Parts: sequence; structure tokens; C-alpha cells
Amino acid sequence: MTSLAADVVTSRAGSRTLRGFAELATAVADAAGDPAWLADLRRAAVARFADVGLPGSKDEEWRFTPLQGLAALQFNAPGPAMPVAIVDLAPFLLGMPGWPLLVVVDGYVDRRLSRIGTLPPGATFGSLADAIAIGHPLVERHLGHHAPVDASAFTAVNAALVRDGAFVHVGAGVALQEPLHVLYVATDGAAGSIVAPRMLTVLDRGAQATVIETFVHLGHARGTPRPQLTDICAEIVLGESARLEHTRLQRESLATYHVGFTAVDQARASHYRSFALALGGRLSRHNLHARLGGANIETLLYGLYVARGEQLVDSHTAIFHDHPDCRSWEVYKGVLAERARGVFNGKVIVRPEAQRTDAKQTNRNLLLGDEARIDTKPQLEIFADDVKCTHGATVGKLDDQQRYYMRSRGIAGRAVEVLLITAFVAEVVAEITQPQVREALEALVYAEMNALIA
Amino acid sequence: MMALLEIVDLHANAGDAEILRGVSLTVDAGEVHAIMGPNGSGKSTLAQVLAGHPAYRVTRGTVTFAGHDLLDMEPEERAHAGLFLAFQYPVEIPGVTNAYFLRTAYNAIRKARGLDELDPMDFLDLLEDRLRVVEWGPEIMERAVNAGFSGGEKKRNEILQMAVLEPTLAVLDETDSGLDIDALRIVAKGVNALRRPDRATVLVTHYQRLLNYIVPDRVHVLSGGRIVKSGGKELAHELEERGYEWLTGTGDAESVTAPAASYAATASPVPAAP
Repeated sequence: MTSLAADVVTSRAGSRTLRGFAELATAVADAAGDPAWLADLRRAAVARFADVGLPGSKDEEWRFTPLQGLAALQFNAPGPAMPVAIVDLAPFLLGMPGWPLLVVVDGYVDRRLSRIGTLPPGATFGSLADAIAIGHPLVERHLGHHAPVDASAFTAVNAALVRDGAFVHVGAGVALQEPLHVLYVATDGAAGSIVAPRMLTVLDRGAQATVIETFVHLGHARGTPRPQLTDICAEIVLGESARLEHTRLQRESLATYHVGFTAVDQARASHYRSFALALGGRLSRHNLHARLGGANIETLLYGLYVARGEQLVDSHTAIFHDHPDCRSWEVYKGVLAERARGVFNGKVIVRPEAQRTDAKQTNRNLLLGDEARIDTKPQLEIFADDVKCTHGATVGKLDDQQRYYMRSRGIAGRAVEVLLITAFVAEVVAEITQPQVREALEALVYAEMNALIA
Repeated sequence: MMALLEIVDLHANAGDAEILRGVSLTVDAGEVHAIMGPNGSGKSTLAQVLAGHPAYRVTRGTVTFAGHDLLDMEPEERAHAGLFLAFQYPVEIPGVTNAYFLRTAYNAIRKARGLDELDPMDFLDLLEDRLRVVEWGPEIMERAVNAGFSGGEKKRNEILQMAVLEPTLAVLDETDSGLDIDALRIVAKGVNALRRPDRATVLVTHYQRLLNYIVPDRVHVLSGGRIVKSGGKELAHELEERGYEWLTGTGDAESVTAPAASYAATASPVPAAP
């Protein structure tokens, strides 16, 4: 069993580092313009990473996600971003090109490609670098406080290297109708380098919003480009009674290592609903941590990970029930084909004062190949006595009875598998409440399932 | 004229156990046959062997369906050729709506026959029409296939599928068991609505009561993996009076009437379509 502080305990594996990280961090620190608090944060981040290095196989948090491949790479300063045209982005706009769109290319907001439109008074959606530059008080107050540099080796890397990203602020009582879409585009310009954007989302008391984060790789190079690392950190702060629906779509390429850390801090009676889709890069890891910092909070985490070939896709969630009368509900599903590997770890930590907690966690996996593998670990640590907490994990293959039933109705070959796999994943996709996002995701997932069987 | 279904000396195993031990049966187009028999006689095995269940192995005999060697066909090819099995235990498929499932099956069969697929709107019209056969509203179509359905709803859903797919040969495996009187009437209505001179139905049943609603042309008694007696519709009544033991010789006093005997007494027969 891992202790309460497991997520902040990393093994001392200082001998393993990200080759080239120190030079990149120095270059970022030397570029003038950081306010003092950010310069301090960067220094702490560099020191922290120098101390812990890359997690090794003895680190419980990384036991099933080996980083030798990443450790073997040499990272250099990024080249200029490859040209990206609006038409290149069309396939990733979920069929809704009119939604407020912030495009972050190789870690920097691209003003030419972004279209924010007009937001209601009290709402801000734009470049994180701009918010830092104008000294927006929310940035100094929150950046690095919810996903601190000691949360993981990769939050330190991000804090050391971040230059830009997304800043969302929705003022008290403001309800945004249209989803805000942050589209992170990695180009071949960042091949052999590290892209480290960041998102800070703050919803004040009673505010409501929908935020979509999409990660894509637009490869122009012929053949397989040099691998790159996306190290993204998102901090989400929900005020009292605020409501956020957050959709995260990780659909980069086999050239990408993706490590993401999303920290959600919730105040009393707030509501957070997440849908995280991971289609896997070469290796992808997402930590989603929610801290329930008041009573009557609702936290709903839905996830779907799909991988094939040699991909590894890792989802780590942690829900911290610190106060009474909160509800958390989590369903993550995985489909692993060929030799793909999946990792799921779901922590639910209920402190003694968090009485009447209602927490349910489910992880279900479908293995499509004899060599596919999932390591799943539900981890409930309950220190309160009046709670309702359940968890369950299943690993299975396609059901022969269902298969035969369909065939007896004339449905044959691939169609049977596609239908059964789509049925398996439909349950989580159906949990997206924003109808256009849900429909777009249904189509995307159906296409992915088709490709998986091809 | 060639028979629609011709089974000759069919032997089949489940694992090492021989369940069917030489079944021979001929069904002509336009006919309804009832296959009755006590539990364990091989009725359901016969139905599943016809549909191509992979758990059964045919060791001897032939089955010819509409001129095809049925035993040489995959389950989906049998469906494409016009065979339909209403399952005794319909399978639940959470996550797939009834509407989507039915349209996929319908179009898969059309495609296999070289026909154009029906677009969703035209299919809805067809569906609306067939829903009337089973006396269901459209809301059932948005529910996942059989998921959370009651036993009666599952059987009714099999009849709906049959009404949509319009098989040339429908095999109903104990579709009547566990049904209340209303559900039984609806099942019978579905079967009777499908009766045509070029189609046939095989009813596999333990009890006689379904035959009050669907009048069979022939009745067969299966026992020990063989057909031990065949006759006209009057054979079912004889079984009702005398039980199975006079044919099976097992001393098994299983009743042929349903546990609630009042069903047969209160139900008025639904005449078969001409």
C-alpha cells in the first residue's frame, strides 16, 4: 500500500535525467521577462528535478510505465514551428469551428490561428504568457500552487520550461454557453525537443463553463520524425458552486511521448465533470488529481484509453475527499489491441473528517490481443467510518455469446467486433453532457474502433 | 418440389456427449412444424445446430436448406440465406440500441443478397410497421438490445427481430416458455403474421399451449435425440392428455400442459393466416 503522501514521494533516481533538460531550462530562465515569482518557481523546479530525476522502475507511481526510452533520448532546443494552416486544424475542431478557439503551436499561442470571438463580460480566454506579462493577479496566486513542482518530476519539468499556454477565467455567476477549445498542436519543429505548455483555469463562485483540451501532432516530415515530449500541466480552480465540464482529448502520434498532469481544486458545492480520452502516443501518461476542498462537492471522472501496436497508455487518478458529504464517481474504460499496454491506477483517499462520502470507482478493460496487457490498480484508502465507497476492476475479451448472437442475425466479420467494442466504450462517451461534444466524440471513437479492427 | 428444410440422420455432440442421434425431418414451404419433447430430449440442441452454434459438433447426417448445404455455412451465412433462430435465452448487448442493431442486421442481410442498404429514414418506416406486430411503441428502439429486459420482453424482442428480418425459415426455441397470456398471444400473432406460402416455421416447445394459438401442420416428438413420433395437430392434444411417457418409455410423468392449466382453457385460438 502506498501512503497518503504517495503522490509527492518520488524515489531518488538522480542518475537518470532528461538529457538536454538542464540546457533548455537555462535558456528559458535566461530569456528576460519573468516576474520574480515565476523566476523563483523555475529555480525551485530546476532544483527539484535535479534532485529527483526521472522516475525509475522502483517508483511505485511508475512501476508499469518504464521510461528507459525517454531517458535514452537527447533533447535540444526546438526549431521553428512548421507552418500550420487553418485548414490543417479542421479535422480537430469537433465539427464546431465557431467555438472560441485558442491554438497553441509547439508551446506558444498562435494568434493567427486562434479565434476567441466575443465572450460575455467577466470571462477571459487567452494566452497564459499575456496574463503573466500583464501581471494578472490570478496567475501569480494559482500557477504552481495546485500542481506544485514536487507533485511529480514532470510538473517540475513543465514549470522550468513553460513559456505559454491557456488562461481561462470566468467571473462570479457568469455562465458560458459555448465550450472553450484549447488546441495544442505539436509540429515537427519540436521534433527532438520538449513542448511544455500550461493551462490555468479559474472559475469564480457560481461560474459555469465547458473547456476542451485537444492534443494533436501535425507531422510533415517523411518517415518517422524524431520523438518529442509533450509535458503539459493543467491547474483548475473551481470556486464555490462553480460548474466545469472538462474534456481532454489526447490524440497525438507515435512520435510523441505525452506526460500530462491535471490538478483540480474544488471549493464547496462545486461540480467537476471530466471526460479524458487517450488514444496514446508512443507513451502517454495522464495524472488527474482532484482535491475536494469543501462539503457537498461532486466530482465525476470518465475516461477512455485506446492503444494498439507497441503503445503504452497510462491513466492515474487521485481523488482526495477532505470534507464531508461529497460524491465522487469514476468510470475508466480501456481497449487494448495487439501488443499495447495499459496502466490504470485510481486512488480514492477519504480523510477521517470526510464523513458520508459517496465514492464509486470502476475500471473495465477489453483486451483484443493475446499479447495486450493491462495493469490495473484500484486504491481506496478510507479513514472515515460513515462512508459508501466501492470499486471494481475487470479485464475481459469480447463475449462469445454476443458474437454468436450477432452472427446469427447476419452481422458478420469486422462489423461484429466494431459493434461490440463500440458498445463497450459507449457508456463512458455517453456521459459527456454537452451534446455537440458528445456527438463529435461518438463519431471519433467509432472511427477509432473501426481503425483498431482493420 | 424441393423441401425448404431437409434434415437426414443428423447426429450432433456437445463435447463428448451425443445429443442428437439420428434426426430426420422434412419441412416444406408454407408449413408450421412443432417439435415437442421432454426436457433433455435434444430440442434446443437441434435448434442451435440449425443456427450454427459453435459449441455443437455435427458427427453425421446432412441438412439442406433452400438448396444449400446448411452445415457448410457460417452462422451469418445461414442468416443471409433466410434462416432465423429465436433464442431460448436472448443475449444482452449493453451499449447497442435495438434500433441500431436491427438496422445493422437488416442491412447486412440485404448486402449479402446484393441489395442496396436501406437508409435510416426508410428503415424507420419499416420498423414502425413491424413494431405494431409486437404491440410496442418506438421507445423500445432506444433501449440497449435485451439489456435489463424482462424474460417476456426478451422473447417479444426476438419476435420483433423476426418480423423485421422476414426469414424464410424461422426456428423458435421455447419462445413460449415463461410467457404470460398476453405475451404468448403477441408471440403467436408475430408468427402468424409471418406465415406465407414460401416460408416455414419450426416451433420448438415443451408445452402444448402455444399450439392453441399457432396451429401446426405437423407435430413431432423428440426423445433421446430422435424423432419418435410424428403426426398432425391432433398429436399435440394427445400429448396433452397422456404426457410424454407413453412415447419415451421413461416413466417420466412430465406434463405437456403449462403449469397454469387455465391458459389453455381461457384462451381462444388465433386462426392461422391462410
